[in-house]
Amino acid sequence: MAPARKKPRLAVWKFSSCDGCQLSLLDCEDELLAVLGEVEIGYFLEATRARIAGPYDVSLVEGSVTTPEEVERIVHIRKQSRVLITIGACATAGGIQALRNFKDVTSFIHAVYAHPEYIETLSHASPIQDFVPVDFELRGCPISKEQLLELLNATLNGRKPNVPTYSQCIECKRQGTVCVMVSQGQPCLGPVTQAGCGNVCPSCERGCFGCFGPKETPNTASLSKQLAAHGMGKRQIKHFYRGFTANAEAFRRESEAHE
Amino acid sequence: MNKPKAPAKTRTLKVDALARVEGEGALYVRVKGGEIQDIKFRIFEPPRFFEAFLRGRMYSDVPDITARICGICPMAYIMGASQAMEDALGVTVTGPLRDLRRISYCGEWIESHVLHAAMLHAPDFLGLDDAIQIAAKNPALVEKALRLKKLGNSLLEVIGGRSIHPVNLKVGGFWGTPRKEKLRALIPELEWGIQASIELTQAFAGFDFPDFEYDYTCVSLRHPDEYAICEGRIVSNRGLDIPLTQFFDHFDEEHVRHSNALHGFAKEGPANYLVGPNARYNNNYSQLSALAKRTAKEAGLGKVCNNPYQSLLIRMIETLYACEEALRLVKAYEEPDASCVQVTAKKGVGYGCTEAPRGICFHHYRLDREGRVELARIVPPTAQNQKQIEEDLRHVVAHNLDMPDDKLTLRCEQTIRNYDPCISCATHFLKLTVERE
Repeated sequence: MAPARKKPRLAVWKFSSCDGCQLSLLDCEDELLAVLGEVEIGYFLEATRARIAGPYDVSLVEGSVTTPEEVERIVHIRKQSRVLITIGACATAGGIQALRNFKDVTSFIHAVYAHPEYIETLSHASPIQDFVPVDFELRGCPISKEQLLELLNATLNGRKPNVPTYSQCIECKRQGTVCVMVSQGQPCLGPVTQAGCGNVCPSCERGCFGCFGPKETPNTASLSKQLAAHGMGKRQIKHFYRGFTANAEAFRRESEAHE
Repeated sequence: MNKPKAPAKTRTLKVDALARVEGEGALYVRVKGGEIQDIKFRIFEPPRFFEAFLRGRMYSDVPDITARICGICPMAYIMGASQAMEDALGVTVTGPLRDLRRISYCGEWIESHVLHAAMLHAPDFLGLDDAIQIAAKNPALVEKALRLKKLGNSLLEVIGGRSIHPVNLKVGGFWGTPRKEKLRALIPELEWGIQASIELTQAFAGFDFPDFEYDYTCVSLRHPDEYAICEGRIVSNRGLDIPLTQFFDHFDEEHVRHSNALHGFAKEGPANYLVGPNARYNNNYSQLSALAKRTAKEAGLGKVCNNPYQSLLIRMIETLYACEEALRLVKAYEEPDASCVQVTAKKGVGYGCTEAPRGICFHHYRLDREGRVELARIVPPTAQNQKQIEEDLRHVVAHNLDMPDDKLTLRCEQTIRNYDPCISCATHFLKLTVERE
């Protein structure tokens, strides 16, 4: 009998986030037991008490870095991880909490907390790649579970994951989803947003609001002209780019152009 | 009577982080001469400042943004914010649109309750680390739970467009309403879900629940016509019965040094109070379905349940109810003429509150003339349960001082997992420390 192959050790880590991207793994109800059968869980607090010391073959990292403690922790995790993959808008772009990056964070602290002196936080919410090298970034707020399964499958089998970098528009065309901007005049970030969610918003007759962040080479200036032609004011356009991936370079720059 | 150990020196027991809760937190207990000197349940998740950065945003942006407070119960934030905005702007959502909201909220209850009960909480009662270990011994049980959880997610996907952070809901209703046949297609699975919920309740009823009861102040919504999920007045088992507008007359939050999560408190009587499945069950038992009541009785539950560990059973009873309720509403669903009520931006003040799986989730906003947020207050269930969690832990530790450290640690974790604190509304890093002097 052939000796049992040693299973790769998987770790799942959380930084500043809502837990939704980790939950995407637990939401793979049909495939969950099969996936977990292929790996040894080393660390995954949302799912298990069991913990195995590193190093880890694959680390999935959710959330953005928003405290001094998180800066230290991501460096430590990187050292223990052969492959480090960031999952979700927080880990890849700073997430919704990166809205602090456009303001003075001390005003936010005073707005929410009675005792600002108890609060330790960084002025910016930043993606993981600002602190350590990242092997792959999976976009989304939340990530798509189909993409997560593809990514895990590819990583465990040593191949490149098939995750597109083209725009939502291409996905809409391929699926036959009617363009909500052309047919209904809905503002839509689809032309500058990376595909992958499955066109959930246009399928629900609303414009894309950019959960997957900018696509490769997005022409945001051109889209903004179109949004203005649809009647959106400067502040509306600014806020449209300032959503779940506000801190991603292309969206940040375009929103600042509408300050 | 339990006698405390008499250790020669201080012993420190430390667990890096608490598992199988959503998010992370910490517990510190100091014991001296058999008496608890100090107990602190801490939430360390970095602050994310939602209430601050909502200021200046259009009312219509708020439900999508607040959804990101929590990946497990986004509906609580979408619906609470939407209803508060509707209150501020003077519109009401009725008929099939209201029914669709209730069905999708049933979906969130099913998804979240089954995740919590079967995958996060049940392993404690079996002495196992996780649901994967349960699957190794009883694959049929875990497969049933996963299929039931998937049913909840399917309801959210069909109505909301996706299960985590649904996109199809908005202030005033929906972007698009689902076709009748897409909802009807879920009927067979909902019928299966009713049976599966009963079977899982029966399987879990055999657990050895720790012997612990507390005379809780139970706070929940109550609706005159239905088991409250999306709407109602705020009531307690001590006679409180108030409209949402009076919430801050009776409750508030405080910022304590040891936690990033604000601590909710009651202004009258003891500060600690309970929200969540046991509070709802105790306050609104009479409005459960006959089948849910019968299943509860067969599982050994009375009309009032003050054992916090049995919240696991109540989650399954509510799952059963949610399957029945969703089935009833799906069967009656007729496609409405419009997908939403027309909303016009204006100045206003609004309140919204729904029963998140873990308890009432309260929203309050003030809008300026253009419909932009001037002020936002969100009081999530976890903040409200903070003091009660500490109080439960105080009793658990006091009654189990003779337990070895590892067992006591596990029992404290299990006690926190009764709540599964949605720590992500607030937190990070749960270290469990017991110091005995």
